[in-house]
Amino acid sequence: MEKYRLLHLKELESESIYILRELAAQFERPALLFSGGKDSTVCFHLSRKAFAPGKIPFPLVHVDTGHNFEEAIAFRDNLAKKYGATLIVASVQQSIDEGRVVEEKGFNASRNVLQTVTLLDSIEKHKFDACVGGARRDEEKARAKERFFSHRDEFGQWDPKNQRPELWNIFNGKKSLGEHFRVFPISNWTEMDVWQYILQEDIEVPSIYFTHKRKCFVRDGVIYAHENVIPLKPTEKVETMQVRFRTVGDISCTGAVLSKASTVEEIVKEVALTRVTERGSRIDDRRSEAAMEDRKKTGYF
Amino acid sequence: MEDFSTSSYLDMDLLRFITAGSVDDGKSTLIGRLLYDSKSIFEDQYEAIKATSEKRGEDYVNLALLTDGLRAEREQGITIDVAYRYFSTPKRKFIIADTPGHIQYTRNMVTGASTAHAALILIDARKGVVEQTMRHTYIASLLRIPHIIVCINKMDLVGFREEVFERIKNEYIAFAATLDSADAYFVPMSALQGDNVVDVSTNMKWYEGKPLLQLLEHLDISQDTRHTDARLPVQYVIRPMDIEHHDYRGYAGRISGGSFKIGDAVTVLPSGYTSAIKSIDTQDGAAREAFARMSVTVTLEDEIDVSRGDMIVKTDSQPRVTQDIEVMLCWLTDKALQINGKYALKHTAKDARCVVKDILYKVNINTLEKMKDDKNITLNDIAHIVLKTTAPIVVDTYSQNRDTGSVILIDEATHSTVGAGMIL
Repeated sequence: MEKYRLLHLKELESESIYILRELAAQFERPALLFSGGKDSTVCFHLSRKAFAPGKIPFPLVHVDTGHNFEEAIAFRDNLAKKYGATLIVASVQQSIDEGRVVEEKGFNASRNVLQTVTLLDSIEKHKFDACVGGARRDEEKARAKERFFSHRDEFGQWDPKNQRPELWNIFNGKKSLGEHFRVFPISNWTEMDVWQYILQEDIEVPSIYFTHKRKCFVRDGVIYAHENVIPLKPTEKVETMQVRFRTVGDISCTGAVLSKASTVEEIVKEVALTRVTERGSRIDDRRSEAAMEDRKKTGYF
Repeated sequence: MEDFSTSSYLDMDLLRFITAGSVDDGKSTLIGRLLYDSKSIFEDQYEAIKATSEKRGEDYVNLALLTDGLRAEREQGITIDVAYRYFSTPKRKFIIADTPGHIQYTRNMVTGASTAHAALILIDARKGVVEQTMRHTYIASLLRIPHIIVCINKMDLVGFREEVFERIKNEYIAFAATLDSADAYFVPMSALQGDNVVDVSTNMKWYEGKPLLQLLEHLDISQDTRHTDARLPVQYVIRPMDIEHHDYRGYAGRISGGSFKIGDAVTVLPSGYTSAIKSIDTQDGAAREAFARMSVTVTLEDEIDVSRGDMIVKTDSQPRVTQDIEVMLCWLTDKALQINGKYALKHTAKDARCVVKDILYKVNINTLEKMKDDKNITLNDIAHIVLKTTAPIVVDTYSQNRDTGSVILIDEATHSTVGAGMIL
């Protein structure tokens, strides 16, 4: 029955749309965590498809560390404006100013971990009962264990030993007051699937995914953007390099790769031939072998 | 640098399979080997496990470390939860649900198995069919996984001898004959050395079948989804209520069987109201027809009351509307199932409550005996039970449709999913 064969990107898309509709149906105040990166952008477009011709029934929420690439911020704002989406920005800087978190110090300081507090505060403030994120299982080993509907307790904590079984296509989003869910509609998508989808659907993504000249420095084999966010060590030199970003975290924890890929097609080819994982250039994952797992246990995305 | 064709990547389908086996059967090594030999392991992943292997004093790179993701797992050297791995060959994209072998994590195996097209059942060639093999096979048949591949591993430790393979194969066939099991393939292999996983083994020339990866690439899954008996469980009602779409009422969901086209006479259940399909919006925009596994939004010719939890079906082939069902239940919690116990129930997008009217028997997974006197159903047990629901549900049998034929039971106090039921 060749006519009825669903190709893999369509199968994945169908699954994601299904998850998003379940989310909107089961929760009263969901939100889409949006960073402007490719995964959350794809989630946004999937949401548009899921609820068309109506509007997306939830806002976009960005936990802004204050150290984001300005291209990513501009992209975020333009997207929200273009599609008439509600955008809520939760600020880590504000959390610092209010004394909710303390800034890390030192050469390898990052606001990455601080985002968790800002996120949880935002969830409490807006009474979100579910947050959608673009996390994928192929990204990182702790994420490989996640469910589509991941329960978080009233402290926002993830308990990997006690996850609910997810059977067939039935999702149990029941919870007690004060608890919430994290929902991951593109769990089964790989980096390659995401880029192929972006190509197929002609989706716009921030310019920093494509090759550009940037002032960078190298530390421990990683190319960092020089934006006066990370303090330079005396031995480190700033040079202009032809780079692009495979993953978009904030400036303090995202490494660039040398690349000349200037179109989505070229990125797809590069990803196909690459020998290092996407998050291999994420310094936040390298802090320890279980860095992601530990962060998730305290409420991280 | 080889030329990569972006278009061929778009012409693949998707196969989900689980891997089941005891801790020492080499399951994690098999997955590691599958990924490694198909060139799906990235350099940094390989470097990371190499570093960990060295730190632990192992003198070979332990590919099994690739799949143990959680801290506790890496420390104890076992798989606790189901982990998902992804790889693709030019023919197909694969999703591996690596499920725990331990009996205490059966609930996680059931999770991974529920949406799988195929199950890889691992056997250690030195031990043959053991209790766990039988339990995993039984679960695969209960969950009606359409294809089974029995991987008889560690053939290197039994001298790659054909008589060992044949003996185990026959032992397995004898056991599986008593089940309503799917077609099974048998592959003799050594995951550690790479024989018959991706590459054909030079040590077992007596084996005339395909190596594992080729088998996986060629499994015919087109018949696994039912092409008749159209079913659209309604998940969400789309009502834009804006100027452009003032009267639009779209019923959104994923078609779980058969197909619909514009003009089809349909019935909405459980109400029984009839109408016809007016429009179909698919993932790619408006269409005349849509089929199973696609997510769609349909509108109907008539303004009838349709809401989440209802099902749109073709008038000429309807499922059963009922409040009484019998299910094969897999119990997922250590708090025992109660006769007269009340639980929340979910069936497709429908929420209801139910009461356990009777426990007919518990299955002894080792002997497949139906134990009519054992009514103590606790964690990992399988039982045939009778349920009554508070509201009508629209069902097929599980053997007809895995989506419309399945239910989950939820503990109303803790909200945990406590039971997985397959409708008989």
